[in-house]
Amino acid sequence: MPLCQWHYRDSSSANPLFSTEDAIEANRFMKGIEAAAGVSIGGIDLAKFISQQIEDLGAEVCYHKFLPHSKHFHPLKFFTSMTNDMAIQPNGTDTNFGINTIGIIRAPRGDGKEAIVLVTPYNSRRVDSNELLSLALGFSVFSLLSRAAWLSKDIVWLAADSQFGEYAAVSAWLNQYHNPVFLSHSMILDTKIYDGNAEKAEFFTFKRAGTMSAALIVKVGETRRYGDRDSVTMYAEASNGQMPNLDLLNVVHYLAVHRQGFRVNIAAFSSLLSSAWLRVIAEFFHNLGTVLRKINPDWKLDIAVPDYVEGTANLANSIYNQALGVPTGSHGAFRDYQVDAVSLEFSPTFNVRNENAKSLLLLRGGRLIEGVVRSVNNLLEKFHQSFFLYFLTAPSKFISVGVYMIPFALLLAPLPIVAAALADGNKSMEKLPENLIDNGKASVNADVLQNKGGSWKWLQAAKVLLVIQLWAVCVSLLPYYITQIPDFTPMQSAVIWAMLSIIILIALYVMFGSPYPAGVEWKLLKATMITSISIGLGLMSIINFATAQLGALIVIPMCLFSRPLKAGSGMHSLPRAVLLISNITLAVLGFPPAALLIMKGLSKGSWTVDVGDFWVWMEFLWQWSSATYLYLFLVHLPCWLLCIHVLLHPCRQELKLKQE
Amino acid sequence: MAPSSPPSGTNLFLYLLLLFVLAAAVAASAAAPEEEFTEELLLRPLPDRKALAHFYFRSSAPPAASVGRHHHLFPKAISQLVKKYHISELELSFTQGRWNYEQWGGFDPMSTSNAKPPGVELWAVFDLPLSEIDAAWKNLTHTLSGLFCASINFLESSTAFSAPRWGFKLNEGNLRYGALPREAVCTENLTPWLKLLPCRDKAGIASLLYRPSIYKGYYHSQKLKLRSSQSLGIILDQTLTVVLQPNTINGKQLHSNHGQPQPSWSIRHLFNRRLSGKCLVSKSSKIFMEVDKGIVDKVNKSGGDPSWNNEFFVLWNGPDRLITDLNNLDVQSSSIYEYDVSNYSKERPFDLGITWKLPLIWSSTPSPLHASRFLMGSGNERGSIALSFMSTNLHKEIFGSPNDCSIKAVIFQIVPWYVKVYYHSLEIFIDGNRKTVSDVVDKIHVTPSEDKLLPGTLEMLLRFPCSMQSATLTLDFDKGFLHIDEYPPDANQGFDIPSALVSFPELNCARNYPETDPLLGSPLLENFREDTAVKSYTEVLLVPLTTPDFSMPYNVITFTCTVLALYFGSLLNALRRRIGEEERELTKTATKRGLIPLLLAKLRGQKVDPTESGSSSESTGSKKLLFKVVFVAVAAVLFHYFSNNS
Repeated sequence: MPLCQWHYRDSSSANPLFSTEDAIEANRFMKGIEAAAGVSIGGIDLAKFISQQIEDLGAEVCYHKFLPHSKHFHPLKFFTSMTNDMAIQPNGTDTNFGINTIGIIRAPRGDGKEAIVLVTPYNSRRVDSNELLSLALGFSVFSLLSRAAWLSKDIVWLAADSQFGEYAAVSAWLNQYHNPVFLSHSMILDTKIYDGNAEKAEFFTFKRAGTMSAALIVKVGETRRYGDRDSVTMYAEASNGQMPNLDLLNVVHYLAVHRQGFRVNIAAFSSLLSSAWLRVIAEFFHNLGTVLRKINPDWKLDIAVPDYVEGTANLANSIYNQALGVPTGSHGAFRDYQVDAVSLEFSPTFNVRNENAKSLLLLRGGRLIEGVVRSVNNLLEKFHQSFFLYFLTAPSKFISVGVYMIPFALLLAPLPIVAAALADGNKSMEKLPENLIDNGKASVNADVLQNKGGSWKWLQAAKVLLVIQLWAVCVSLLPYYITQIPDFTPMQSAVIWAMLSIIILIALYVMFGSPYPAGVEWKLLKATMITSISIGLGLMSIINFATAQLGALIVIPMCLFSRPLKAGSGMHSLPRAVLLISNITLAVLGFPPAALLIMKGLSKGSWTVDVGDFWVWMEFLWQWSSATYLYLFLVHLPCWLLCIHVLLHPCRQELKLKQE
Repeated sequence: MAPSSPPSGTNLFLYLLLLFVLAAAVAASAAAPEEEFTEELLLRPLPDRKALAHFYFRSSAPPAASVGRHHHLFPKAISQLVKKYHISELELSFTQGRWNYEQWGGFDPMSTSNAKPPGVELWAVFDLPLSEIDAAWKNLTHTLSGLFCASINFLESSTAFSAPRWGFKLNEGNLRYGALPREAVCTENLTPWLKLLPCRDKAGIASLLYRPSIYKGYYHSQKLKLRSSQSLGIILDQTLTVVLQPNTINGKQLHSNHGQPQPSWSIRHLFNRRLSGKCLVSKSSKIFMEVDKGIVDKVNKSGGDPSWNNEFFVLWNGPDRLITDLNNLDVQSSSIYEYDVSNYSKERPFDLGITWKLPLIWSSTPSPLHASRFLMGSGNERGSIALSFMSTNLHKEIFGSPNDCSIKAVIFQIVPWYVKVYYHSLEIFIDGNRKTVSDVVDKIHVTPSEDKLLPGTLEMLLRFPCSMQSATLTLDFDKGFLHIDEYPPDANQGFDIPSALVSFPELNCARNYPETDPLLGSPLLENFREDTAVKSYTEVLLVPLTTPDFSMPYNVITFTCTVLALYFGSLLNALRRRIGEEERELTKTATKRGLIPLLLAKLRGQKVDPTESGSSSESTGSKKLLFKVVFVAVAAVLFHYFSNNS
């Protein structure tokens, strides 16, 4: 546990002010909004109702109108496209827009430099009772905070219209908040929602509070029947494996578990939870731990089997989500602006139609949110201890960067040495035929040696590497052009992508020469491959550590094992067979579409081959500007192709030497 | 007169006393200007169900020559300060909270002169040669810092203050301005401020200042204003402006404006104190109840007379006087009910309150443009400051036709050096269209910042068309890096950019009271009549800068030491060893082989020299020893295991 956990939790948050009256207020709001939703056409009535309620509290209110963000593949502004995109200007002709409703409480004695953001997403087109409940919860907390005298930071409540996805709504609002476009007044008013009511005109001027210090996204999810307690699920992963400060999660977890008696979960791989082999491993560790504990009672290594299984499932999910680089919710939009944010999804045990259960959930949920807001409010500084790099194994347990760096470093550290050894070994191999010449034997391979530039031979290998990298860049850019062609099924796109890739590869070989006739030695090729992969993994570990770690697990064995299928004829048959098999397995595993298929098969159990899936998956990655896409195509794919080159190396030289 | 008998001692004393008293009386009547003290309090209900209380204390001392070194009422500390630093004007304010320009008004003397930016703001005009001013300012900040228990001394550094020429107040380069937005304001600042009053808070209006009540408010601004000249002497105005939330009868605060009448309140409600008479040394002691133009209009419209008891509200006491403010068109705008406190005493305490009869919604007059300021961009590298103006459509009321008129606005902004503003990047958008700078900016004066030396100062005179609805000015900046010892405490909160000041030089918010007589010596109302341009302050901004992890030096030291130790260790080792010696050592050890070399030799398949039989028996002995040690260790572990098990 981090040491700093305790001083962020304020003792005053022990006595929450959120009372049953606030829960009744929430119920009243819920009834009102249900009535408004009943007569609503296009969700505008909902926004009106919410803004009316906020105004009655004496807080400031405004609307934010936005258009759905059409996601395109922008190869040139891959990372910047998320944040620096100018907000799309809504003009009068558009009818398809969303409306966020924003309420702002100015802290009575505060100076307004900082703000805390509460977000409750709801779909205005298709109203769901759970979403209305989350709105009611958000409203009741907001109404409590509007009466609070202890606030030192402004409170912003964003009722995000999630008809185009909650991320789009929150991201559009944040974009307008941070990178506004200065629209003319008349243009804003020239919309359908503005129905000539003069008082409402001011609602469309965008209102701001200060710098955001933290954000909390509140949702009420489906009823879950496992367990005896209401549960809260925390989602924290933002784009490219960025995480909010761990202290925010700790505050939420502490207040939820120890004050309000919630069960706190984080998302886990459900397939791992029920897997038998993991259970066997867990039992083995448990038994080992108990034996060790009997030897020395201070060694508390006996982890209970369910804990171990759950921890592994959580960890796997945490690594997977970070490695994918796609945010798990609208909190990801905040992280793009360096704001710590976490999503809380409340899952009641009972059906929310049950009034009692609903009131209880509202009461405890409200107290939890109040406590978190209060804890953040009482901070003078922002969350700043460097707990941003971690994997979660349980809501309160984590693996810090200091620990998970070590396996990666151990994987990466030998690579340069191996590369150097291979290059050096190649040199000594050269000396061998020279010796033969000295011994006066007729040299057949003298011509082979002559056309190589001695110690500059690696240039050939480097050229091959460069050509392949060039090819990888082309392949990664191809989707931009393919998406320009309209009306393609994912299947067709994927096939075109594959065909074009192969054509480009052949064209490049025609232009720059194929590696085999040039006579590049496979050891040199392997050395360059290993050098390039260690640079690639090192760079990727800075951008998204989880991707680099998962990638290293596949790529590094693939690189180290790779040797030509024809080589090694002098070895014993068993090691040779093992090498052959492992080489081929790793080469298959390393091919991204194959890896995707295997992963899908393992997680879902369906082994149907669909070429379009790969396209859809890649589309998903570039839509979210995930660096994993770049990693796959600029580091992983060239490495795999080089591996294939090594595997298929003709080994002419070696054969010739043998013949000697 | 010849005394018949020599005067006795008592008689002599009586004579002398008489003489002294006569002389004193003559002297007093001859020196016409006297030290004076007045105390006043202005109360005003606000549209958002809150109440404003404005305390106004004035102490004045006649020109120094006639008084000498001693004072009767005037605080000596202040007069010494004025004399020592040759101050001709000074204003120091401590503020907590934000003035709500939309709800509490932005076009009246109250908001113009008493709405201040959060934290501390200090400006002073010196009557000194220009070269000596900076030194005087530095000493002044230290003096004030000691006097008011605040860290005003942080304004001493040249990076903290600036010398605006016309953006803040027209001057000849002898004005210095500085602000500390982060300064917290509390009773420790109020107590020294109260000490300057002759009765402190023991009697008079100041006795209402019950700390828990006034610090519970929504806005709290305590101000000290000094003016001094050869002809006037020194005038010290001390004001305290608080906005309080009166509790309604059933104890629940209501925010919604419709349906419910405004909360009724009284002085006792607001301050939890009773007013028992005036401060005895004060020349006048008055309480005013001001009723906004909005209310007066409503009352007039409904046909009632604006007396203290009408159909909308009733005041608890009948006023001694009713003062009405007439605007340019001779239309009454606001009314002030005046009460004299000098007639009340402890036995007959004074209380004033307002009881609302009907729900009433009104609004205060806003400033012509509502100014707000915010930051744009994200990340630790760069950003932009944006100043946005929203028209409140006030000009339509003032000027009538909005065709070819314009609103002039002066912006004064100080930016700390670590926020490196690129002034050439100024962009102006009016109603969403980009305008060239020369179209809008009439006059601009920029003092660019110098690293660790000077803050950047921007003074700008803008002219906006009246028909404009919104305007935005943006300035790009880079975030600088600070040296490790330049970070303030709590550096991770971010860094503040002090409030900008927006003033409208052509708009005058002075009150116009028809009674041209000196208003029976009310400095508060005189102050309201002074010509002052409408002013408003913007928000303070918080810029997150790159902040190092301050525990990092420790890590760095540890890492560096480890690396150095490894490096020097191996280097020394390599330098110290000689290869020839090492080989000799090796041969020496080879002659007397131990157990391990022997084992190694065996493993390699070498023959053990039969001449070394003695050593081989020795090695078997050590083998036995090793075996014994292992046996004992295993036994110990097993014993431990079973003893724990049982």
